[in-house]
Amino acid sequence: MLRTEEMLLNVGPQHPSTHGVFRLVITIDGETITEAKPVVGYLHRGTEKLAEDLTYTQIVPYTDRMDYLSAMTNNYIVVHAAETLMEVELPERAEFLRVIVMELNRIASHLVWFGTYLLDIGAMSPFLLAFREREQILDLFNDLCGARLTYNYMRIGGVKWDVPEGWLDQVRAFISNMREKLKEYEDLVAGNEIFLNRTRGIGVYSADEAIDYGLSGVNLRAAGVDWDLRRDRPYSVYDRFEFDVPVGKNGDLYDKFTCRMEEIRQSLRIVEQAVDQFPEGPVMAKVPRVIRVPEGEAYVQMESPRGELGCYLVSRGKDKPYRLKFRRPSFYNLQILPRLLKGENVANLVAILGGIDIVLGEVDA
Amino acid sequence: MRCTDIYIHPSLLGQGLMVRISFDGVTGMEYWANYSMTAIFFLLGLALPAAAFTVGRWLRPHHPSAAKIITYESGVDPFGDSRVQFHVRYYLFALLFVIFDVETVFLYPWAVAYDTLRQDVGLFVLVEMLIFVLFLFIGLIYAWKKKVLEWK
Amino acid sequence: MQAWMWLGPVIMLFVVLGFVTLAILFERKVIGWMQSRIGPNRVGPWGLFQTVADVLKLLLKEDIVPQKADETLFKLAPVIAFVPAFAVVAVLPFTDSLVFADIGVGLLYFIAISSITTIGILAGGWASNNKYALIGAMRSAAQMISYEIPLVMALVGVIMAAGTLNLSGIVEAQKEMWFIVPQFIGFVVFFIASLAELNRTPFDLPEAESELVAGYHVEYSGFRFAFFMLAEYVYVFAMSALTTVLFLGGWNPLFGFTFLPPLIWFLLKFSLIVFTLIWIRATLPRIRVDQLMQLGWKVLLPLALFNIFLSALLKEIPGIGSYY
Repeated sequence: MLRTEEMLLNVGPQHPSTHGVFRLVITIDGETITEAKPVVGYLHRGTEKLAEDLTYTQIVPYTDRMDYLSAMTNNYIVVHAAETLMEVELPERAEFLRVIVMELNRIASHLVWFGTYLLDIGAMSPFLLAFREREQILDLFNDLCGARLTYNYMRIGGVKWDVPEGWLDQVRAFISNMREKLKEYEDLVAGNEIFLNRTRGIGVYSADEAIDYGLSGVNLRAAGVDWDLRRDRPYSVYDRFEFDVPVGKNGDLYDKFTCRMEEIRQSLRIVEQAVDQFPEGPVMAKVPRVIRVPEGEAYVQMESPRGELGCYLVSRGKDKPYRLKFRRPSFYNLQILPRLLKGENVANLVAILGGIDIVLGEVDA
Repeated sequence: MRCTDIYIHPSLLGQGLMVRISFDGVTGMEYWANYSMTAIFFLLGLALPAAAFTVGRWLRPHHPSAAKIITYESGVDPFGDSRVQFHVRYYLFALLFVIFDVETVFLYPWAVAYDTLRQDVGLFVLVEMLIFVLFLFIGLIYAWKKKVLEWK
Repeated sequence: MQAWMWLGPVIMLFVVLGFVTLAILFERKVIGWMQSRIGPNRVGPWGLFQTVADVLKLLLKEDIVPQKADETLFKLAPVIAFVPAFAVVAVLPFTDSLVFADIGVGLLYFIAISSITTIGILAGGWASNNKYALIGAMRSAAQMISYEIPLVMALVGVIMAAGTLNLSGIVEAQKEMWFIVPQFIGFVVFFIASLAELNRTPFDLPEAESELVAGYHVEYSGFRFAFFMLAEYVYVFAMSALTTVLFLGGWNPLFGFTFLPPLIWFLLKFSLIVFTLIWIRATLPRIRVDQLMQLGWKVLLPLALFNIFLSALLKEIPGIGSYY
């Protein structure tokens, strides 16, 4: 055997497939990765520290910028934490609206994942198709709250805006359209031999490993752990809707793909039920103008598109939190990456990294 | 204009494989004209980049700075050397490539002369090549079984 | 060598450059339509001058040679890649009278010369002294050694049926029946292998944007980059023309529709191949480098070898034997 040397290769922060400013320092022997070291923090803005100096209403727009692909769920977790401590009784209509926008946002987020993932492994077209459908969701959000990406929609005690006229019909139209398009995507991608070869049996981990690494969301379910906070620890009004939780078997990239596609379908089901049962009434509860959260601590958790999003809030009874801590699922899911990359080749690197579905705004906070 | 063919003349088979180039009615002048045409294409292929780079030099700016001429490595200063003893994992494929490339050198004249040879010596011409290819194919299967054809 | 001999090749050079200009626009338009976009439409009517504008921009762009690069080789590599791309055009017969170099070993010449480009890519990748470029260049070599053999072997059946390596002769032999029918296995192997030779999706590993950023030409800018791109698209031209000549009967009309001139027939078939290449690019994901080599050695090569002997055996069957 000839003597060969290992080479240090720097992937990111300026690299098309790191989905932002993520950096990986990999040691490669030929094209095989022998070691991978993730470097994070390029997008660190100190959201948690900043929050200590902001009133609760002011924190909400900061959370928009954490997981910017799914800002609604971030909005929710921080108002939910404050509402839990304050014990606010929310109007029904507000709860339903929250569920609708969060599930729509989940669909939008999974669509971005679908498009960029296929782009990562070299297929160009699905990206544009997915963004065409995502655009409809963004238009819906635009009509609802005037923003397409950073919504700043939820308030302690409800939501900022009631639905505009005809909005619910547009949502209904979107649901039926999306169902058709989802079939189209699966025809386009799931039957493709190259796609199957690039995803089946790649990046495998067991259910135990997934739990050991603290994975959550699709990354956990793809390995076969049947755990979804929406069903197992219901928050908001999720207990009123019927939906299934897709679970994978092998924990490979293909299972993650099927799980996410199925989640889009289940989210459509939830939105459909919520729109059908949509109640009348106000969208804001009676809360004081200046919100002071009573002294205490609370940890709340929810199922964001990326996994368990948690918020730990400590209040000293002021109008600003004493300490705010987010459990950011992208950050925790990323921990398994060095273990998954070991022994893989460079082409699988982007596939595995894409499969985890990180959002750098959330990793770095 | 019908052009030259390479074929193996049957009368030469006894003395080993010998290739004869025939000029089926093509004069020497035309023969060389055709080949000089390929030379012209080569020269033009060289002339285009030469012209383009010359014109480019007159038109484009040239302000190199230390930061500009640094090697790209995903946005950070490059570390380590890229001229390492790189592990080329496919060098065994490369050996196979040489073997099979030589095989094609034998296959092509055979294929050109196949009809002629078929009439002269019968199906033996096929059997002969079959044996030759089979030997190499056994080699390929051996490499396959030895897991040389895996990218480790 | 008389001066008039230069006229044809010079015109051909401009035809090829014109083709590249239009092909890039056509590719962007077609992929745009396939992805429910419009494609370039700002520069000139229907975006017709988009590529011209791009080329001018590249011409005016600063030529950056990285500090650590091997300067001579770095500057030479795009030329090494481009020259063979244009040189192979010499032997392509477009009609029975329109062929520049009607040489006896035309097919062999094409295949031999076209592999030189890999050296240009390898040299460019190595000379850049960039890790991504090095990996891209290595992949390019891996691809070449895996696909050259099936590509060449797949053509043996065609050569046996035509009895010549002269490309005009091969087209003449398809008067009765295009080789795509009797040599279907050969065609499939050849087409897949030629996609790999062209470094096009799903075999665009040497440049694999999402993995290696731009692969072997990551350090190239301005016109040096343009020559790599030019070489790639001239190969699209040459390979599509070769496929037309070898399998689609060249200028021979279909169903005896002789009212169209032979050149138009050639262009129709040629455009069909170019369109198929673009279509594939818009559809398929990228294959992985180890899978690519497995496909080449374990599927395409045995298939091509099988095709040779199948063709030889079918020759013996009376009736259809005359087609082989």
